[in-house]
Amino acid sequence: MIGSFDAKIPPGPLAQKWRSHRDHSRLVSPNNRRKLEIIVVGSGLAGGSAAATLGELGYRVKCFCFQDSPRRAHSIAAQGGINAAKNYQNDGDSVYRLFYDTIKGGDFRSREANVYRLAEIANNIIDQCVAQGVPFAREYSGYLANRSFGGAQVSRTFYARGQTGQQLLLGCYQALCRQIAAGTVRMFPQTEMLDLVIVDRQAKGIITRSLRSGNIERHAADAVVLASGGYGNVYYLSTNARGSNVTATYRAYKRGALFANPSFTQIHPTCIPVSGEHQSKLTLMSESLRNDGRVWVPKRKEDREKAPGEIHDADRDYYLERKYPSYGNLAPRDISSRAAKEVCDEGRGVGPGGRGVYLDFADAIKRLGEETIRERYGNLFEVYEKITGEDAYKVPMRIYPAVHYTMGGLWVDYDLMSNVPGLFVIGEANFSDHGANRLGASALMQGLADGYFVLPNTLPNYLASQMGKRPSPDSPEFLQAEQDVRAKIDRLLKINGTRSLDSFHRELGLLLWEKCGMSRHEKGLREALQKIPELRQEFWRDVRVLGMNEDFNQSLERAGRVADFLEFAELMCKDALERDESAGAHFREEHQTSDGEALRDDERHAAVFAWEFGGDGQPPKLHREPLRFETVHLTQRSYK
Amino acid sequence: MLDARGSVNNLRGAPLGQRSFHMANIFAVFYRSSVGKKIIVAITGVILILFVIGHLLGNLQIFIGPDWINGYSQHLHDLGPLLWLIRAFLFIAVVFHIYLTILLAIENRRARPEPYIDKRYVKADFASRHMVMSGLIVLAFIAYHLAHFSFRKTDPRFALLKPDPLGHYDVYSMMVYGFQNYFVSGFYLLGLFLLALHLSHGSSSFFQSLGLNDKKMTPRLALAGRIFAWLLFAGYTSIPVAILLGLIKPAQQL
Amino acid sequence: MNFKLRIWRQPNRKSPGKLADYEVLDISPNTSFLEMLDILNETLLGRGDEPIAFESDCREGICGTCSLTINGEAHGPDHPGAVCELYMRKFRDGATITVEPFRVGSFPIVKDLVIERSALDRIVQAGGFISARTGSAPEANSIPVAKHNADLAMEAAACIGCGACAAACPNGSAMLFTSAKVSHLALLPQGHPERESRVLKMVQVMDAEGFGNCTNTYECEAVCPAEISASFIAKLNREYARAVLQRSAGE
Repeated sequence: MIGSFDAKIPPGPLAQKWRSHRDHSRLVSPNNRRKLEIIVVGSGLAGGSAAATLGELGYRVKCFCFQDSPRRAHSIAAQGGINAAKNYQNDGDSVYRLFYDTIKGGDFRSREANVYRLAEIANNIIDQCVAQGVPFAREYSGYLANRSFGGAQVSRTFYARGQTGQQLLLGCYQALCRQIAAGTVRMFPQTEMLDLVIVDRQAKGIITRSLRSGNIERHAADAVVLASGGYGNVYYLSTNARGSNVTATYRAYKRGALFANPSFTQIHPTCIPVSGEHQSKLTLMSESLRNDGRVWVPKRKEDREKAPGEIHDADRDYYLERKYPSYGNLAPRDISSRAAKEVCDEGRGVGPGGRGVYLDFADAIKRLGEETIRERYGNLFEVYEKITGEDAYKVPMRIYPAVHYTMGGLWVDYDLMSNVPGLFVIGEANFSDHGANRLGASALMQGLADGYFVLPNTLPNYLASQMGKRPSPDSPEFLQAEQDVRAKIDRLLKINGTRSLDSFHRELGLLLWEKCGMSRHEKGLREALQKIPELRQEFWRDVRVLGMNEDFNQSLERAGRVADFLEFAELMCKDALERDESAGAHFREEHQTSDGEALRDDERHAAVFAWEFGGDGQPPKLHREPLRFETVHLTQRSYK
Repeated sequence: MLDARGSVNNLRGAPLGQRSFHMANIFAVFYRSSVGKKIIVAITGVILILFVIGHLLGNLQIFIGPDWINGYSQHLHDLGPLLWLIRAFLFIAVVFHIYLTILLAIENRRARPEPYIDKRYVKADFASRHMVMSGLIVLAFIAYHLAHFSFRKTDPRFALLKPDPLGHYDVYSMMVYGFQNYFVSGFYLLGLFLLALHLSHGSSSFFQSLGLNDKKMTPRLALAGRIFAWLLFAGYTSIPVAILLGLIKPAQQL
Repeated sequence: MNFKLRIWRQPNRKSPGKLADYEVLDISPNTSFLEMLDILNETLLGRGDEPIAFESDCREGICGTCSLTINGEAHGPDHPGAVCELYMRKFRDGATITVEPFRVGSFPIVKDLVIERSALDRIVQAGGFISARTGSAPEANSIPVAKHNADLAMEAAACIGCGACAAACPNGSAMLFTSAKVSHLALLPQGHPERESRVLKMVQVMDAEGFGNCTNTYECEAVCPAEISASFIAKLNREYARAVLQRSAGE
């Protein structure tokens, strides 16, 4: 293995770790910073905020994104909000509670020290974003407003209508624009990272392809930061953007970076149900809707076809309120998703195919008035009407779970550096803070914490020893990596088979959704592990990719991504099989309590599973990082 | 082939940060900018609208009788140099208004070198899209109008008119004789129609250009502007129409 | 449902383009417009023809990537909304649909329906930000912002940067885009220190990029998927005049 597999958690009491770590980290002086080049791959909340902040500190930054502008990164689609323990509501919130809720929500499969740091930094993020002009919702007093969100009993979520992700991303995009104008950051839009270059067992550059022209370029740097997001699109249908992919992180994995917990994928409970076979993506309805909406299905199967208005209250099963009286409709995502699947499996699901449950606002409208609901969720209701043609002010919404977020990602230590020295991974691309399940409104928090506050403070710890060590992009390692990339592209273009890319991707997605989706079991996983290599073989034999490299060639660009998904899916299933317990979003049917809740195995599996690439055609090697809990007491999660 | 690399970083070659924003002479910046030009167009437009209102009020005196309108005309002439100052001021306003709009229109054409094959407008109405066209025809109309009634070069009969009993030039009869010609009145109607079309957009649009409206006011102002423009049309056309219908007769025979 | 399509094909920026005719059959009314194009592309691929290049990403109307003019209207007939939120149920069965890219000189065509919109990025780079150094921010609640202003700022900030305003404008003007950012930041106390220089620089770069001039036709707000009001253009004009007066008054 390249580098070291040590989390490097700083010593000392939990609440002091981050401060004392910063007190003792190495620094790079301002006049040396301009001699150091840093590559940032991705321009979402994590990548954008990191690139802007590093540029502001005086480093020379190159930032890459596949979109035509950094403002279009998929962070923009996050709706609900961002958590912080400001306790503006005086409802008993604190940094410790935010930390505890997050680690408990993650079903105790994340590191205490990382999560505590995240909770600490959350307050600074709100300050920073307000200073940048993010138009958070406010009360009539002019002070910031909060709302409650799934998995918490306090109101700690800051929001900007239903477009919080958009507003946070634009704040960070604007900060990035300031640095681009100042010349500290060079932006490379529509440029995709296709390989990581390792020189002397350290990450020192990347190979990229311009999606516009097909130009393949070598970029050398003193450190590489991956902020390329999650891999939810491995399922084909997900709430991710069409372009979201695993390529950057997966190719880093193939160069020696460890991939942690790939099977931890979150299924979001409130999405618009699938309507037809040509659907290209699923649309999320913010979880914040569950604040005022009540989730129900008919008590009897026979009522399934009835119009919702004709089903009397007594004949409705408000199953979340029934099963989880204290959290009710605000139960965490994994629990809500599985509960929906359960009632639909019982045949009580509504809508086409019986794959949907109602999210009903009638009571809230009666209580608060339609105007208030419109103010809170107006744009979500509009989106719903556009897609389904139904007016949710009049009839209840239909929702169903969909793949949404991936907790797994490249393994990183406390400094957010992977085992490969010089390779840093931030945001959704790393595995660090959400354990086996992410709580609502904490993805934005983590992305910005990593980019604005953690990485700029931990990167110097590595860079301080790297002055003058940047290799030339013409060194043999770079030339070799470029050749590998070109060879792969040529191979894809030469197949000239009969099947389309989407048909492979769709088939893979369906397989994973069934075998490695909301619930998993050993037999299914083994079947998937057998089928994926077959599908992959067929892909390399029969896929049809037209055109050439030196062009704006969308088929080629997608082909590379689907090829990586086809390999990555196997790793996911392997991880799901190896993790012989249920934890958070990873629900193994063999391991559940008598009332159907996830049953952890803390003895054997309180650990991070980090996978090392074993070579093409070789099985990956598993490394376990045991999780030690010094402050929290491991409990069976209960939201009753 | 288009390489995306430089494109976001550079503005016409130079990195933005190093590009000096020449703000030294703020008036030059203002005059050169699209927004500045629009503001000048709006201000000159307001001046011309005020003139159009004043001119109409003067002309409507024809309905009260020859003494009124002839006396009014004499008053204006008695202003002497001041009248020429006002005329010069209006002339400069017209020149700026037209020169800048044409400049803007040329830039607008350049902004879309390849037109749509199929184009459908959702909100932009005919008047707003054809301001230059309506404006230029109105300009031609004004030129004729000045030659017709101000310089009296088009109709030799106007020189034959005798002063009225009070010794003033008989504007009243001049207008009546002028408008009794169907072609002349027809051209006036057309010119006024285009003026009204121009103002149906322009008389509310200047609020927008000068930043004097908000979301609530905009539709109200747009409606008010249209009503205003067509009231002007009605007011101005009432004169030739009344003359053609024989409601107003010349005060003297030629 | 069946449709006849006339789609703009152009191999690259320099070569001329033209409309090409296609036909799609048996489309479900619940298919989105972009999914219909996906289906068409699958068919083309099956025939060995080059698929139609068009861009999209989030497919839920927020990223602003998609940029099609459908039957002469930016983002198609279902306003407000981006193309990705347009569903085939909005069209008549058997209809002929014309698809062109956003046509503005400052958005050169890359290929087929794909355009290059970096001009919009450069307008923001000119000053569409608040220079708040990371770590220097005061406590978030130390500056209250009147709810009315905060809400208005949010309305302006909702811009998704798609460029439909410029595409629909008879003059190819990007005023709605620029005004949304200027207004968003001018409405918040945090944006006040840079208020004058921001509007002056952003307008200067907007002009230099070759966009046309606003003639108050309000076509932009009619097609804006984020429902940005053209009254923000009035606000920009006001801000601009204010900045000029402030500058000319000197200290």
